[in-house]
Amino acid sequence: MAARAIWKGDLKMGPAKVPVKLYSAAQDQSVRFHILDKKSKIRVKQHMVDESGKEVPNEEIQKGFEVEPGTFVILDGKELEELEPEPSREIEITQFLAPKEIPPEYYDRPYYLGPDGDQSAYFALTQALHNKEKEGVAHWVMRKQRYAGALRAEEDHLVLFTLRNAEEVLSAKDLPKPAGRAPDKKELTMAKQLVGLLQGEFDPNEYKDEYRQRVMEFIEKKAKGHAPKLHLVKTKRKAASLDKVLSRSIAALRKEKKAA
Amino acid sequence: MPVDLYPGNRSSRIPLRMLGPEGEPLSRRYYSQKTGDDLEDDEMVRGFEYEKGKYVIVTDEELERLAPEQSRDIDLRKFVDLESIPPLYFDRSYFLAPSEGSKKAYKLLAETMAKSDLAGIATFVMRGKEYLVTIFPENGILRAETMRFKDELRAPKEVGLPDMKKVPAATVKKFENFIAKHSNNHLSLKDLKDEKAANLLRLVEKKRKQHKDIVEVEEPEERAQGKVVDLVEVLKRSLARKQKAA
Repeated sequence: MAARAIWKGDLKMGPAKVPVKLYSAAQDQSVRFHILDKKSKIRVKQHMVDESGKEVPNEEIQKGFEVEPGTFVILDGKELEELEPEPSREIEITQFLAPKEIPPEYYDRPYYLGPDGDQSAYFALTQALHNKEKEGVAHWVMRKQRYAGALRAEEDHLVLFTLRNAEEVLSAKDLPKPAGRAPDKKELTMAKQLVGLLQGEFDPNEYKDEYRQRVMEFIEKKAKGHAPKLHLVKTKRKAASLDKVLSRSIAALRKEKKAA
Repeated sequence: MPVDLYPGNRSSRIPLRMLGPEGEPLSRRYYSQKTGDDLEDDEMVRGFEYEKGKYVIVTDEELERLAPEQSRDIDLRKFVDLESIPPLYFDRSYFLAPSEGSKKAYKLLAETMAKSDLAGIATFVMRGKEYLVTIFPENGILRAETMRFKDELRAPKEVGLPDMKKVPAATVKKFENFIAKHSNNHLSLKDLKDEKAANLLRLVEKKRKQHKDIVEVEEPEERAQGKVVDLVEVLKRSLARKQKAA
């Protein structure tokens, strides 16, 4: 079943416009729970109460910014609305970068772009991004929010990522270097060997969320009325010296490779 | 290798408080739809809706027992070229700090990865959830990006995107020329500024100077006492801490 587009806009590059539709590329698969009232087993609701516990209806609620503990500047709906960006359908692509220029920690949510009408401009742009090995830096306004993003060609299609803003990403440069002595030559050689033995291609098919599967299986059994008994797994870890761990891992991996 | 995890992202959204008509701070409470009464934590349970309106109750204890082995070990499975991982998989960013006893292994791993220019793919358990992470060094510190599992991403076919079509070479060329003309070497952080937060703060300052719409309330004791833990500070201390044993 085809997904529903969540938004429509035009990729704008100078005079050229490519009309596109946006679709969420990520789908949260976490097991979703609801909060229930223990007695009635009915879903709970939320409301706002003052300090005496009295409910305050929505239309009487104001929003305030705390400038110092206990002091609020009240902002009314109109003032907040004026801060919202002008609505627009343009996704403006201002510059292009080599893909490694945007570090992974900036990527936030991915959206597939699909052509909205003109397929030839859409696929031409996809090919051009591949050929030039570049990704675009995008700016747009969607649902009253201003976004910065990255436009990438992923295989045959375009993906638009929202990017976190600079204030949201903590840099390692602002952190102290880890204390402790530097590793010696022997350790480095062994670690390099180990890394070399484990080197490979990233293949997303190798990883599954086993915990999620276990929770779902348990829920299904419990729904049928026979919940299995669960035992707390306790693990004891043995501390071993670093070079012992390294040489053991290397030996084990070599064996595996030979057997394969 | 046991490690501790600290968030590498933080929200830049300006928190606005909900206030009552007299400016008194409000709090959000859960209440029962049946009785209308507010509910305390121990009067609520977690339920999974397996049929419309029918729930399986799952307790904290059960979830804990279903959780993968409680350990802070990262299990490195593979080393890959960081750029070969499509950013579609990246979710949230964390920093790893060595826990007591693993300083040596931590430094060794960071240095080895930096030298070989590789990133590690590992699994990690945190708060009863299993995470797939990419680990790579940054300035001697290990960053861990949590990743979406494959089934948490839609395929273009599922979305209903059309298959690639043959397009006129001239149209491709036109886009290539535009890309070449507007290429830059670096991402400017100015492009990633949060204007909304800045504008909001400007408005707040303006109103404050004009003494407009300001309310003062007495600090309720529990709010004044509740200190916010600054995780960045904890992380900094944890990195700088000298090793006690081995």
